[in-house]
Amino acid sequence: MQTTQVNRRQFLHVSALAGGGVLLASSIDPFARLEALGTPAADFAPNAYIRMTPDGIVTIIAKNPEIGQGVKTMLPMLIADELDVDWKNVRIEQGDLDTTKYSGQSAGGSTATPNNWLPMRRVGAAGRAMMITAAAQTWSVPETECTTNAGVVMHQRSNRRATYADLLAKAATVTPPDLNTVALKEPKDFRIIGQGVGNVDAMAIVTGKPIFGIDVTVPGMLYAVYEKCPVFGGNVASANLDEVKGMPGVRHAFVIDGTANLQGLMPGVAIVADTWWSAKTARDRLRVAWNEGETAGQSTEGFARQAAELSGGAPQRSLRKDGDPDAALAGASKTVEAAYTYPFIAHAPLEPQNTTAQFRDGKLELWSATQTPQGGRRLVAQTLGIAEENITIHLPRMGGGFGRRLYNDYMVEAAAIAMKIPEPVKLLWTREDDTRHDMYRPGGFHNLKGGVDQAGKVVAWKNHFVSFGSGNGFAPSAGLGATEFPARFIANYALDASTMPLGVPTGALRAPTSNGVSFVVQSFIDELALAAGKDPVQFRLELLANLQPEPPAPSPGPGGRGGRGGGPTFDGNRMAGVLRLVADKSGWGNQRLPQGTGMGVAFHFSHRGYFAEVVQATVSRAGQVKVDKVWVAGDIGSHIINPLNAENQAQGCVLDGLSEAFAQEITFERGRAVQDNFRNFPLIRITQAPPVEVHWLTSDNPPTGLGEPALPPVIPALCNAIFMATGKRIRSLPLSKHNLSWT
Amino acid sequence: MPVTFKVNGQTRTVDVAPDTPLLWVLRDELDLKGTKYGCGIAQCGACTVHLDGAAVRSCNRPISEVEGGDVVTIEGLSTDGSHPLQRAWVELDVAQCGYCQAGQIMSAASLLARTPNPSDTDIDRAMNGNLCRCATYLRIRQGIHRAARMAADGGGRDDTGGDGVETDAPRSLMSDLSGSVSR
Repeated sequence: MQTTQVNRRQFLHVSALAGGGVLLASSIDPFARLEALGTPAADFAPNAYIRMTPDGIVTIIAKNPEIGQGVKTMLPMLIADELDVDWKNVRIEQGDLDTTKYSGQSAGGSTATPNNWLPMRRVGAAGRAMMITAAAQTWSVPETECTTNAGVVMHQRSNRRATYADLLAKAATVTPPDLNTVALKEPKDFRIIGQGVGNVDAMAIVTGKPIFGIDVTVPGMLYAVYEKCPVFGGNVASANLDEVKGMPGVRHAFVIDGTANLQGLMPGVAIVADTWWSAKTARDRLRVAWNEGETAGQSTEGFARQAAELSGGAPQRSLRKDGDPDAALAGASKTVEAAYTYPFIAHAPLEPQNTTAQFRDGKLELWSATQTPQGGRRLVAQTLGIAEENITIHLPRMGGGFGRRLYNDYMVEAAAIAMKIPEPVKLLWTREDDTRHDMYRPGGFHNLKGGVDQAGKVVAWKNHFVSFGSGNGFAPSAGLGATEFPARFIANYALDASTMPLGVPTGALRAPTSNGVSFVVQSFIDELALAAGKDPVQFRLELLANLQPEPPAPSPGPGGRGGRGGGPTFDGNRMAGVLRLVADKSGWGNQRLPQGTGMGVAFHFSHRGYFAEVVQATVSRAGQVKVDKVWVAGDIGSHIINPLNAENQAQGCVLDGLSEAFAQEITFERGRAVQDNFRNFPLIRITQAPPVEVHWLTSDNPPTGLGEPALPPVIPALCNAIFMATGKRIRSLPLSKHNLSWT
Repeated sequence: MPVTFKVNGQTRTVDVAPDTPLLWVLRDELDLKGTKYGCGIAQCGACTVHLDGAAVRSCNRPISEVEGGDVVTIEGLSTDGSHPLQRAWVELDVAQCGYCQAGQIMSAASLLARTPNPSDTDIDRAMNGNLCRCATYLRIRQGIHRAARMAADGGGRDDTGGDGVETDAPRSLMSDLSGSVSR
């Protein structure tokens, strides 16, 4: 595989020969200018790259990593619409990591839409403005009299028209407009935004083209596997390297000392061979004596025991306190107490972790399936002592991310191996490596008390959250924001926390924090609704209308992290809107359901998105759960940029949430993950996938992202449906631990 | 150990350890990267290919058992992406990350060869061995139905709202979506 950079320049050279020498300069120049535009303007960070050629083709660089969220299609749509070109003439190229040209080259937090909605459109609009200026100058007419349509500038009064391709030479002499003031289209004039646009890689995917990280090939490349201590944080005491080196096809075998960073280069043994199968076969013969370290004393059972002790004692610290929750509970008409817990789970993207690396003449070239290339480059530089400017990172398509590839442990492993050998090398993990060495979604324990008054209104809410961490800090993704709903909506509210030490690496899994806490909060709200004798939808609408006057300034608390799953930006009215919509679409309250069938509702705000969902489920006497249907209502702002993909993302989130709820759990014994593959860490299958109906409520807010926020509410909606169907309240996950099975 | 078999119509001979799975022979010896590694234990179906006409998992099929066999991979399903399943997948925008889809399509092709007009139950039964981590199952089901219709119509262009193989243009498929947009 050649580098994209080289191909890009070669392509431009070739197109000059094909199109004529004069046309080359004119075709490149305006877009070289465009490219330079973003550099000086600090408030215009993302800096896209457009190339137009005399054949009418518009090439747009997609700058962000593609993990299946559709960003490689969506970001160019924003540019193309404002540039006002025909989508069929647009070609997309994936950009490399290049912080001198682009910013925000990452996939995480559902941020691509909110961060790029205006900047990408401005880039396209600037290009369109330059075409108008070029035409106006050529025809000696006022710019204001010129219009565009699908790559053509028109002057109505003189009945003249010119294609953008015709205007490239002139446009090259035009001073680009200021991106911060360039006029944008009126939404009614959008021709691409709001249309269902197919994935730009769709044909490559269905014909098996080598577009994924795992498919990268470099001439002379060898293949590596990397064995780490099964106990997190352990290191190598000794290994039978000589025996391994004698195995067929093995070219190198060596110990990497590594570091203590659980999200970085962990110690291990690298085996490099002519083929990946030879490397893996040799690994089966590898015998390592490990220094297991302290984490060998940790286990799921031990965590549960400590959690019970911490839950029974006084909280270690307060994250938030409003009003007087204890007094309000004492005075409540009814109170409810419940303990909720959810397990550790793994990301399990289908493409196992991999990176291809080549170290030559002091420079490192990486082809890495990563959500955070910039963070990866920094990690590699700091860990291996190589300057960042000597590291190039190419961004192949990824077989899923879900947050796993926010962490670049496999990237730094590949780099470390490549720097020890003369050949380029592809490091590929096994599925077992991936399952046993994840940055797991941490489990959590919530001890709740709530009270309602005689009118059925929530008057008090207390949560003693027991989690993982040390000192005043939480382990990664194991914290809870002080503004997490229902904070600010209940007058007497307390969030307290206690933590226990954790040696297991944790991290962000799709809709981090929200994917666990939504289950707890929205299930407990149903318990309070029952105590209040109210319909779950009506009870929630009343709660959402109960925003407290002059909410106190959020006190994030030590290690607390606000915003992501609630916070000052949470708008109860927007949530009430989607809640009403989903109730309407699902026929909530209007249906007589057969015995054993129930409907459950839940909502959750995360990643700036408002989602309310209803699940209808049927539970047989034998405990077989069938999800009959799921209804989704979402408010992610003023536009659904690509409805074709938006529906797919929302449906995928919902089914992913069901998958987590039903049977997913990672447990630990003696500091090791017990599960190793899909046989004991199951994913949802097609037989288990119910219809998912998705409805959008557009609102007068900037569009926001969709990779995550539709996931959290489906889990409590399912549990609430099971309660309605059976009377059985689910307070711990997965469901498979409750004698429930999944059809 | 030299093993000779047919891949996508061509006779190939490879000399590898006899326990090498077909998957790794395809990917790393024959440079056919469309067939994917997901689990290595025949649990996910990303490695599905056709062997002597049947859909099989190539990740746990030793090459020694493929001697004399006839293998078709995603690259051999059509020369130009024109198989009804490939066209249906593009039209309906089935894929999210796309990693599992070659395996999904190979399993579906085997189903359609046996059952040209499958029911949802037929589809679920045939496709239950193929995991999609992005959970695009609803569109996979839809895609198989659409491909079956295309094939029944003589493999011509679909008339149900898609644009055939030419998929660069923006298409409004709102009529195919399950829900609604309201203000």
